[in-house]
Amino acid sequence: MIPYAAPIFKVFAAVMALKLDDVKRVAHLARVAIDEAEAQAVLAQMNDVFGLIAQMQAVDTRGVEPMSHALDVTQRLRADSVTEADQSAAFQSVAPQVEGGLYLVPKVIE
Amino acid sequence: MHNATIKDLSMQLAARKISSVELSGHFINRIKHLNKKYNCYITLAEDISLRQAKAADQLRAAGKGQPLTGIPIAWKDIFCTRGWLTTCGSKMLSNFVAPYDAHAVEQLNGAGAVIIGKTNMDEFAMGSSSETSFYGPVRNPWNPDTVPGGSSGGSAAAVAARLAPGATGTDTGGSIRQPAALSGICGLKPTYGVVSRYGMIAFASSLDQGGPMARAAEDLALLMNAMAGFDARDSTSLERAREDYARDLGKPLKGLKIGLPKEFFTQGAAPGVMKAIEAAMAEYRKLGCETVEVSLPNMKLAVPVYYVLAPAEASSNLARFDGVRYGYRAPEHSDLTDMYLKTRAQGFGAEVKRRILIGTYVLSHGYYDAYYIQAQKVRRLIARDFAQAFKRCDVIMGPTSPTTAFKLGEKMNDPVQMYLNDIYTIPANLAGLPGMSIPCGFDEKGLPVGLQIIGDLFAEARMLGVAHQYQLATDWHARAPAGIE
Repeated sequence: MIPYAAPIFKVFAAVMALKLDDVKRVAHLARVAIDEAEAQAVLAQMNDVFGLIAQMQAVDTRGVEPMSHALDVTQRLRADSVTEADQSAAFQSVAPQVEGGLYLVPKVIE
Repeated sequence: MHNATIKDLSMQLAARKISSVELSGHFINRIKHLNKKYNCYITLAEDISLRQAKAADQLRAAGKGQPLTGIPIAWKDIFCTRGWLTTCGSKMLSNFVAPYDAHAVEQLNGAGAVIIGKTNMDEFAMGSSSETSFYGPVRNPWNPDTVPGGSSGGSAAAVAARLAPGATGTDTGGSIRQPAALSGICGLKPTYGVVSRYGMIAFASSLDQGGPMARAAEDLALLMNAMAGFDARDSTSLERAREDYARDLGKPLKGLKIGLPKEFFTQGAAPGVMKAIEAAMAEYRKLGCETVEVSLPNMKLAVPVYYVLAPAEASSNLARFDGVRYGYRAPEHSDLTDMYLKTRAQGFGAEVKRRILIGTYVLSHGYYDAYYIQAQKVRRLIARDFAQAFKRCDVIMGPTSPTTAFKLGEKMNDPVQMYLNDIYTIPANLAGLPGMSIPCGFDEKGLPVGLQIIGDLFAEARMLGVAHQYQLATDWHARAPAGIE
């Protein structure tokens, strides 16, 4: 359907190549548990995607300002005053576990 | 009733020929009857919808009706709607009842519109086929073996199947325009910052933009009039004077310069798509427009840039889903870290996890400059290409998507092929420009083709006029899928 796509990117994928340990490392950084089989499957797919990404890494961007916002606007400031009403009860009503206005998590300090 | 456009329904409501309670009840019945087939809605809340409809009828009776008062609108399940389940298509939010309304929801509710239901979508808006939803895939009303496009596929299918006269979507890399194209309806992604992102569950914040979906360009204008507007709670919302998006609908097109980027016409769209696009260009020339060739030389870099920026921003935005303040929490865990690991492993689907991992990698130590900063620099090159092109034309046109609707399952195991669906739509997101898709014909399989119209910043009203004049001369937008009368 998109005839130009696949062959070009496979070439780049061969150049890049993440390793299984990279996948496990970023999965832990992102706090997503991943087993061996899943990591293997994701590795192949991530290498395909990084093959695609490699195209933009070769571009000469010397002297180009990074574009973080479409309209190059700056952060708006507001007066330092209270604007929000207390909605903690409403917000905590959708929490997995709360008690006395506090969010409960497994014990972190012995 | 369900074949009428929003504009027609609005006139019938204003003339008291129908009531919103009747109209909303009619759509709810249709949804109950037909949703099994298309799976476009995740949640209905009949009592809330009918309460809103009743209030709308009272407003009309009191002479306080606005154009959208009493009109049923389907909401993509990415918009927080108070008191409604708001899942974002994910197990992670499968128990999340939004405690507040998104700004766009407040705006449309304020105009008296009725929330008719929450629509299915790719999980966290990550996808181009609406197959990654925790709630199962959406089916395309034109052929239920094919996808409706994505991520706003539930909204697109609902409008195409006459299960809502209008809907909302969000567009980060094409998620309004591509499903509009594949489902044979109209969709508009406004200029970045025109519709507030407050209460719209974040995917890639520098690209996300909400917008309307409907069957006619003039309906999109009515919806935009209510959806757009400054909102201090979104730090990137633009402070601009209110505008009437319907103001150019009647403007003749004589002398309009249409830019045709040569890269849109040489890079791999299917022949059936190109044939319909060429025919649309012939129609526009008949309407007095001139077509000129323009170039977007960096367009081929748009998809690679997007797959750095969007996953990077997503990995940061989705860090909030940790099983502490809302949403799913893994039932069994040994300690806090284990709770995070299992909650996120069980709560997110495969595509979302893949993008979180890509994003985490490109932002990790030692890679930030090579990936994220480089992508932001190339993003500027792409934006500059558009600025150059708009010196030579008023609007840009081309295909919305390289193909028409594809078969369910066809691209699910090949992320790169799936990502390339958005090759024509991503550039406008990167540049922050408004883009829309309107139906312009069918391919040899009888599946709808979408014509993309890209405008310069804040050119929405002009683009809607350009689309509306075409829709006065053609009837592609009025066609209905077989079996839907």
